[in-house]
Parts: sequence; C-alpha cells; structure tokens
Amino acid sequence: MRIGKALQLAVTLLAAAFLLVPTIQSVLAGVTVNYFQGIRSGLTLEWIAVVWELYASSIFLSLGIALACLCVTLVIGVPAAYALARSPGRLSRAVEEFISLPLAIPGLALALALLQLYGSYKGFRMSPAFILVGHVLYTLPFMVRSVQSVLAAIDLRTLEEGAATLGAGPVRRFFDVVVPNALPGILAGALTVVTLSIGEFNLTWMLHTPFLKTLPVGLADSYASMRLEIASAYTLIFFVMIVPLLLAMQWASARAQRMSQ
Amino acid sequence: MTLTLRNIAKTYPGGTRALLPTDLDIAEGEIVSLLGPSGCGKTTLLRIIAGLETADAGAEIRFKDDDITHQPVERRKVGMVFQSYALFPNMSVRGNIGYGLKMQGLPRAQIDARVDEVIALCRLEPYAGRAITALSGGQRQRVALARAFAPRPRLLLLDEPLSALDAALRGQLRDELAALLRQFGITAIFVTHDQDEAMAIADRVAVMSQGRVAQIGTPEALYRAPQTAFVARFVGNSMPLGGRIEGSQLHLPGGTLALTAPSDGKAAFVRAEDVRLAEHGPLTARVTAVTFLGTHYRIALSGATEDTLFCLHQGQSAPKPGETVRLAIAPQSILILSPEKAAA
Ligand SMILES: Nc1ncnc2c1ncn2[C@@H]1O[C@H](COP(=O)(O)OP(=O)(O)OP(=O)(O)O)[C@@H](O)[C@H]1O
Ligand SMILES: [Mg+2]
Repeated sequence: MRIGKALQLAVTLLAAAFLLVPTIQSVLAGVTVNYFQGIRSGLTLEWIAVVWELYASSIFLSLGIALACLCVTLVIGVPAAYALARSPGRLSRAVEEFISLPLAIPGLALALALLQLYGSYKGFRMSPAFILVGHVLYTLPFMVRSVQSVLAAIDLRTLEEGAATLGAGPVRRFFDVVVPNALPGILAGALTVVTLSIGEFNLTWMLHTPFLKTLPVGLADSYASMRLEIASAYTLIFFVMIVPLLLAMQWASARAQRMSQ
Repeated sequence: MTLTLRNIAKTYPGGTRALLPTDLDIAEGEIVSLLGPSGCGKTTLLRIIAGLETADAGAEIRFKDDDITHQPVERRKVGMVFQSYALFPNMSVRGNIGYGLKMQGLPRAQIDARVDEVIALCRLEPYAGRAITALSGGQRQRVALARAFAPRPRLLLLDEPLSALDAALRGQLRDELAALLRQFGITAIFVTHDQDEAMAIADRVAVMSQGRVAQIGTPEALYRAPQTAFVARFVGNSMPLGGRIEGSQLHLPGGTLALTAPSDGKAAFVRAEDVRLAEHGPLTARVTAVTFLGTHYRIALSGATEDTLFCLHQGQSAPKPGETVRLAIAPQSILILSPEKAAA
C-alpha cells in the first residue's frame, strides 16, 4: 500500500517536472545574458526590454481584441443564453448546436471560410475587426454555455413573474433579476473568453497581417526570426499575462459550478 | 363590486380545459379562498387574475370601473405571493420588500419609510438586513407577503402560501396570516387545497371542482348547506349513506332511518360528528377499528351502510373492535343532495 502511494507520488512529480522543466528553462533563458553560456553569463532584463520595444504593439493589440471580444460576447451571449434558458425545446437545442459549431471546426478551416467570405473587402480584411470576428465566433459558445448552465439552475420564470407583479417591465426584469443571478456564469464566461482570445493562435495566424500581430502570433514570429533569448523573454511576458487569467478562470468556473448545483 | 370576473375560461395549448367559463365577484376588503383538489384550476384562475396567464377569448376582468382584461402584469398593481415565494436571491430582505416601490419610481426616503412600516407590520425587524438564503421557510413566507403588500396593490393574490411549510408551522402561520390580512384590510384571493386553511382565513370560500366553481359562500354556509355532493364530501368530509330512499325513509343494510321530507331520487350524506352511538338506535353495525384522538374516539363501523361509516364519539370509553353496536342519526343532520354524476 505504502509503495503504491510512493509510486503514485513519483509519477505525479515526474509528470509535473516533465511540464515544468521546459517552462522554467524557457523562462530562465529569457533573463540570461547568453543562453549558450548558461546562467554563468549572468542575469539581465535587457531581453525583456527588447521584446517590449519590438512587440509592445502586439501586446496592446491582443489586449484590445480580447476586451472587444469580451464586450461583443457579453452583448450577444448573455441575451442568447437567457433566451435559450427561457424556452428549452427542440428549436433552442438546434440554435445551441449551431452556436457551438465553431468548437468542432478546426481554427484553420474557420479562418479559411472567413477569408473566402470577406477576403475581398480590403479595408475590413486589413483591420483588427477581422481578427475580432474570428475570435468572437470562436469564444461565443463558451460564454453562452457558461451563462446558460447557471440560469438553468434557478427558477428564472417564477423570479421574473415575481418581478413582473411588482411592476417591472421586461427590460427591468432582465437587468434586475436575470443578470444579477447569472453573474457567476457571466464572470466565468468572461474570464474564459479573455483567456482564449489572448491565447488563440490557429485562427489568428491565418487572419493576421504583417501589421496586425497578436501576442501568440508575435511569439511565433520571434521564435522564427529573433535570437533565442528574445523569444524566451517573450514567453516570459506571455506567461505573466496569461497565468493569472487562467487561475482566475478556474476559480470563477468552480464558483459558477457550485452555484448551478 | 371591486373585482368582477366574467366568462373566464382557459384552454392550454395542449388542449387541457383547465378552467370552464367562470364568473366571480369580490367585494372591497373581502378575503376569498379558492378551495379544491389538485388540478381543479385554482392556480390557473389566480394567474389569469394576476395577468400571468391569458384567458380564452371572451373573458372580462374589471377592477372597479377599470377594464384590466388586456393589461400586462406589470401595470395591474396586483400583489402576488408565490407558492415557492420567488424571492430575489440577489437582494436582501429590505431590497426585496422595497423592489415594488422602486418600480413605482418613488424617492428613496419614501421607499425607506414604507419598507420600515411594512417590516414592522410583519414583525421582520430582526431579519431586515439578512440575505434571503439566511432565512427559514416561515420567515421567507412573511418576506414574500411583505414584498407583495409593500407597493399598496389593489388586490393581493396568494397561491398556497403555506404549502411549502411543515405541518406544525403551517397551523401557527395560518392564524398569523389570517390576522395580518385582516390588519392590511386588503382585498385578497387565496388558493389552497386545505379546507381548514380556507375556513380559517377566508370571508367566503369558492369550492372548485374540475375547472368550475361548484359553490361559493361563507364557511358556515358551505358546511351547513352544501349544494352538491362534491362540496359535501370536500367540506367537512361528509360520508355517503348508500342505500334506497322511499318517501321519507332511508333503507340501509343496517336498518332504516327517517328523513325530514320525502326525497326520492336523491342521495343522502352524513358527517362523522353527527353519527351517535345509541342503545336503541335504528342502525346496527360492527366496530372494525377504534382510534383514540384525545378529545374523542374515531370509530370505524361496517354493516350499517355500503361503505365504512365513521363515528366521532366523545365519552370516557369506547366499544371494542368486533363488538356490535347500535347507531342513531338525527333526520335534520342528514344532507339530502342530488346524486353525484359519474366522476364528480
Ligand atoms: N402550462 C400548462 N400547460 C398545460 N396544462 C396545464 C398548464 N398548467 C396547468 N395545466 C393543467 O391545467 C389543470 C389545472 O391546473 P392548475 O395548476 O390550475 O391546478 P391547481 O388547482 O392549481 O392544482 P394544484 O392544487 O395541484 O396546484 C391541470 O389539469 C393541469 O395539468
Ligand atoms: Mg396550484
């Protein structure tokens, strides 16, 4: 029994090391003066400064797209989830499947479809809005599902009827009753959307232009064309941005799940 | 009349005729109870009055001179207490009670004053700042009542407001609710399937059966003079005296009883409290079970009628199961009604 436990622990540690060692190595490389001489060459923040100089626009573009994506998925996703939760039936199941379609299609295919459809509209094709459309298509189902599962767990109809008898019209009911009670789902959905949007590569790689590189696209670019230390420093910056988001996302979805039980 | 209902019927999309054309008039300040078995259409009628359900074409709902038939819920100024209370979990007790006043667009100070007043009236002071999830069932029930009453509705509707509580609490809260409604002085309609609740709270009770109002009247009138067999059975648990009526004689398996008047073609009913043990009574029966209920014994008897007959016996002792006893039923306590139709 004890041996079994020890073995289990060893395997877990090994797996963790398998994942962590390359990460740590890469992060370390980003603050090492010369990677080929190793840590002995000294630590520096110089590479991070270089990355900032070269790729700051990518960071801001990614943040901008993520926030815009969040706004759009909130405005479309929350009412959509509400409508689906209010009228469960065959039609709403079909709508739900349709919204979730981009999850099943590879990002590349989705990007190709967008290019075919809008590629000839040069102004749109060259603007960040083009990437935004891709991100919205990709992240919307996460927002809808997250909100919907929280709404499905409360007796929405009766709560709304209660508000209606107290004089609240449809709009007031939505903002006073539906939204506050869906908040845990909205929060979990929002964090998922922002995290996915910032980290999205497949689709964005196909849609981007030389002047519009998002964070992960910039990362690939730096790996391909810069010295290893710079690429590693980039990875470091990427981690610093995405890890807190991931942690917050996990916390929020656990909370939303508790609420919907 | 304050509230006038004409020709209210409801057919659900699936084809269920939940309510057959119904008329009802309710006076200012009156408390009316809709009483009936499960599925008879009580909730449907209440929800139509609230505006949460639309009646079939041809219906008319008037509040004084105001035709509200086609008014949406939020403009009807009707307070509703839901079976599940439907309190907003995202608001405190105060927030819930003040919500209706906020919807009326009253200034903050006025809302606060009214909320304080209602909280005091419903004795909710200790819980005013609490979250809804931190309240017991009985407390939630009072918050739901306070919330519905705070915006001064012209009519208060309650759908089985006590049914979510356990039996012991229900009895206590029933009297409390009756007292509060009187104190409010508000016109109220109250749905229940518990006759004690209806009797304790209402000025008038409308007994419903299969989508129609079978009889409406004061609790005493319903109890003393039920007009149909259904009402007799439902209010006060009358038992059928199954036998043959010839003139003013009722022939039963256990003997013959005298009636007050010739009643050929009718059906006879009696209540357990009107069946007496009497040494020289005209009916013979065998005791099958005896239950001691503190103030009295409940005796089950067979052989007197076609079904089991119950007798409530007040005394120091009761006969034992298996003994043969004689019974008497006074002619004036026998209810003579039209026979029940097949499924009524
Ligand atoms: N939304 C609906 N769709 C279809 N049929 C319904 C609907 N609501 C109620 N019914 C049917 O209408 C009839 C009356 O229902 P209603 O809810 O008014 O009964 P009730 O007297 O309130 O019963 P209970 O005491 O069980 O609450 C029932 O046969 C019920 O099945
Ligand atoms: Mg009901």
